[in-house]
Amino acid sequence: MTINLKIWRQKNTADKGGFQEYKLNDVNEHMSFLEMLDVLNEHLIKEGKEPVEFDYDCREGICGSCNMVINGRAHGPKRLTAACQLHMRNYNDGDTIVIEPPRAAAFPVIKDLVVDRSAFDRIIGAGGYVSVRTGSAPEANLIPVEQETANTAFDYATCIGCGACVAACPNSSASLFTAAKLSHLNRLPQGKPERKKRTIAMVEQMEKEGFGDCSNYAECEAVCPVGISIASIAEMRKSYVKAVF
Amino acid sequence: MNLDSKVPSGPLEEKWSNYLRDIKLVSPNNKRKHKIIVVGTGLAGASAAASLAELGYNVETFCIQDSARRAHSIAAQGGINAAKNYQNDGDSVWRLFYDTIKGGDYRSREANVYRLAENSNNIIDQAVAQGVPFGREYGGLLDNRSFGGAQVSRTFYSRGQTGQQLLLGAYQAMMRMVDAGKIKDNPRHEMLDLVVVDGKARGIITRNLIDGTINRFEADAVVLCTGGYGNVFYLSTNAKNSNVTAAWRCHKRGAAFANPCFVQIHPTCIPVSGDYQSKLTLMSESLRNDGRVWVPRKKGDDRHPNDIPEEERFYYLEERYPSFGNLVPRDVASRNAKMVTDDGLGVGDTGLAVYLDFRDAIKRDGEDAIRARYGNLFDMYQNITDENPYKQPMKIFPAVHYTMGGLWVDYNLMSNIPGLFVAGEANFSDHGANRLGASALMQGLSDGYFIIPYTIGNYIADADLEEVSTEHKSFGEAASASQKQLDKLLSVKGDKTVIEFHRELGKIMWDSVGISRSKEGLENAIEKIRALREEFWQNVRVPGEANYYNKYLEFAARVADFFELAELMAIDALDRDESCGCHLRDEFQTEEGEALRNDEEYSFVSAWEYLGVNGKLETKLHKEDLEFEFVELKQRSYK
Ligand SMILES: Cc1cc2nc3c(=O)[nH]c(=O)nc-3n(C[C@H](O)[C@H](O)[C@H](O)COP(=O)(O)OP(=O)(O)OC[C@H]3O[C@@H](n4cnc5c(N)ncnc54)[C@H](O)[C@@H]3O)c2cc1C
Ligand code: SF4
Ligand code: FES
Repeated sequence: MTINLKIWRQKNTADKGGFQEYKLNDVNEHMSFLEMLDVLNEHLIKEGKEPVEFDYDCREGICGSCNMVINGRAHGPKRLTAACQLHMRNYNDGDTIVIEPPRAAAFPVIKDLVVDRSAFDRIIGAGGYVSVRTGSAPEANLIPVEQETANTAFDYATCIGCGACVAACPNSSASLFTAAKLSHLNRLPQGKPERKKRTIAMVEQMEKEGFGDCSNYAECEAVCPVGISIASIAEMRKSYVKAVF
Repeated sequence: MNLDSKVPSGPLEEKWSNYLRDIKLVSPNNKRKHKIIVVGTGLAGASAAASLAELGYNVETFCIQDSARRAHSIAAQGGINAAKNYQNDGDSVWRLFYDTIKGGDYRSREANVYRLAENSNNIIDQAVAQGVPFGREYGGLLDNRSFGGAQVSRTFYSRGQTGQQLLLGAYQAMMRMVDAGKIKDNPRHEMLDLVVVDGKARGIITRNLIDGTINRFEADAVVLCTGGYGNVFYLSTNAKNSNVTAAWRCHKRGAAFANPCFVQIHPTCIPVSGDYQSKLTLMSESLRNDGRVWVPRKKGDDRHPNDIPEEERFYYLEERYPSFGNLVPRDVASRNAKMVTDDGLGVGDTGLAVYLDFRDAIKRDGEDAIRARYGNLFDMYQNITDENPYKQPMKIFPAVHYTMGGLWVDYNLMSNIPGLFVAGEANFSDHGANRLGASALMQGLSDGYFIIPYTIGNYIADADLEEVSTEHKSFGEAASASQKQLDKLLSVKGDKTVIEFHRELGKIMWDSVGISRSKEGLENAIEKIRALREEFWQNVRVPGEANYYNKYLEFAARVADFFELAELMAIDALDRDESCGCHLRDEFQTEEGEALRNDEEYSFVSAWEYLGVNGKLETKLHKEDLEFEFVELKQRSYK
């Protein structure tokens, strides 16, 4: 099928950037979205033009690299699906697709669709861990964890750090990402001792990085490729209030 | 070339504890004065970096991705082994050791494998303490599942995302040390060369992938944790950025490359469907716990699988291997899939697929139970293939998955270049000619958390390390060589893209250095690889420039290294006149079509020395003989 593309091109962080249009005739419906972009790039290279830069690695929806905004929606039209898992069978012959980087002040554009998400790493560094030295861990089965607690913790632990939540939020808030980590660690017995310290440190780091506040638009939950629930944001608020006062 | 394995003497059970008793320590005050570079932040690298920083060393890490959390380890699905014996089914450190040695077809070092089994239990403790949410039973204790190649249930898992959860644990431990100022983290940096001064590894050359600058970093030791080289085949289950460059450049600086031809082909992947395809997706081996593998008995039977009656289905694994059935190890399952498709029994449009069927499991346990066990994998399958595996069997086929070969290391995980340590998939140790499921994660974390931190101390305490600055001529020479190579790639301006070359190389490799190999095929492949490599340097087209973000330039440099490695893989496969594990030479099989080892002549690690590339790869074979003191070598049987 034929697909018309409007893609954001930006040389570097300082460049202003703008949209460029491309027409791609040899799109197969079984291709993944990123394979479609690979094909576009092969054409551009052969024509002596510069290929479109975008981030990816696993192409299985697990590494969190590939977030891009497709027709106004982070990771594209399909619920619970990362951009790399999206297939061209979701589009029709002749469709126009607009592709942009996830935009947020805290995620500067590096080139084209590639952005700098290192702010997320600094939020984790501020407290998104359990302080346990290598070699000092007790026997694993000494701390039983109720199955339900373990399962819920797991659900929150699956955040892939893609930043779609930030891109989708009108305030560019990183609340869903931060809250997911807190809801994972704070509810496990292993994470309890550092709970207060962790919550305060991560929330404050998030603010320092220039992410906006959460005002309950819930756009984040709608685009999250792994289905992190906004219930975590409520938990985060409660823990924060409890920790501070 | 000195290939002293440095395995401590004494009984197997006491080697590691005796070693730890005798190693030299670096005092806390002095650790602060030492700097260690860790390249790669997957399971091996992140765990090593965190542990070394906790000990007090100054650590500097590098990775290609924008964050350590995205290393290829994140994608591991099925699980991680440990000899906890929580199931009370007779597991023990000895049994895990034995299964691993046997699974590797007796081509690994006993002492290393025993240590791996010993460390396995600590890994689970460590991960649980970090808050890694493993699967649990109703009573709140940890649950296990079984995996190919073992008759006990010893695999710990986090649904289908075990690698993700383990990596996040190690990454979080690492970020904690970054925040504490003990680790300097450099994402989006690619190591392009190793700097050797006075025969010791003293630093690396990197390219900053954002601005293209070539940078120099010095250290007292370098730990390479850069993963495997399966992407030499172009299509594989590996993440797209996995590559051999760091290891290969170390090889060119003198590090021996061991057992390059040992490549694991995973039996349960989603089959290839078209030319545009960029990678293959693994369906976890744990699916074979409940899924039954079959093909139609009749050639060309194109009925819908659900319409093929029981007696016309050929459950070839269950028939041929009654005691292991669908849970035979990967090499056996892959080879059998190839055999049935070679016999014309394959299914799907290409004929290159077999069925993995859950019908009976769903009948037995109900759809909900199967959904709870494998739901995310089923969704992934449906998403990619547009078929519902609850309603009809999955189609699967083998794909390149893991590389057992890598840089040669001794018992300290140090290469033959002093000060260059290698951990995780990047080294050759522990898995022999084949890797059992759920053991790569175990090895990466054992290396990173529990081995490297001690053996590096032992090295540093002893080594005579003079101050070296990045102004040293070895740094200058390596930096300009890296720059020159990039400039050369950009200057060719030919008409074929990097991807086209890579795909062609991959096809040669899959056809001749894949599931099975033959003398003739390998000799042929070597000629073709050489010719294609020559063409690459004459006719590749790399867009853009070197001084900014340029992914295709990165690829070009990696594919250039794959071309050289590919030749070495074929040479190694040709040299090994036997079949072992995943290395099946058509000429060496038992009457029943099983791999036929030749222990008399090939019970060694092949360690290759790089001598240059001039139209052809110049290389020299060194052998580390493997001695088996504690296990008896047997024909591997899963009947
Ligand atoms: C789909 C899939 C499923 C798997 N499932 C399982 C499983 O269930 N159980 C199991 O035990 N194993 C599994 N494996 C295997 C296992 O995941 C890997 O072997 C293991 O994670 C490798 O870890 P590592 O730390 O050695 O390397 P990796 O995780 O590959 O990390 C490599 C690191 O090196 C960096 N790097 C590479 N080159 C350079 C360079 N030149 N400069 C700077 N940095 C560089 C990368 O950025 C990355 O940080 C699976 C593998 C795949 C592909
Ligand atoms: S919460 Fe969801 S959208 Fe946000 S980073 Fe995590 S996975 Fe991505
Ligand atoms: S490329 Fe890894 S999540 Fe999409």
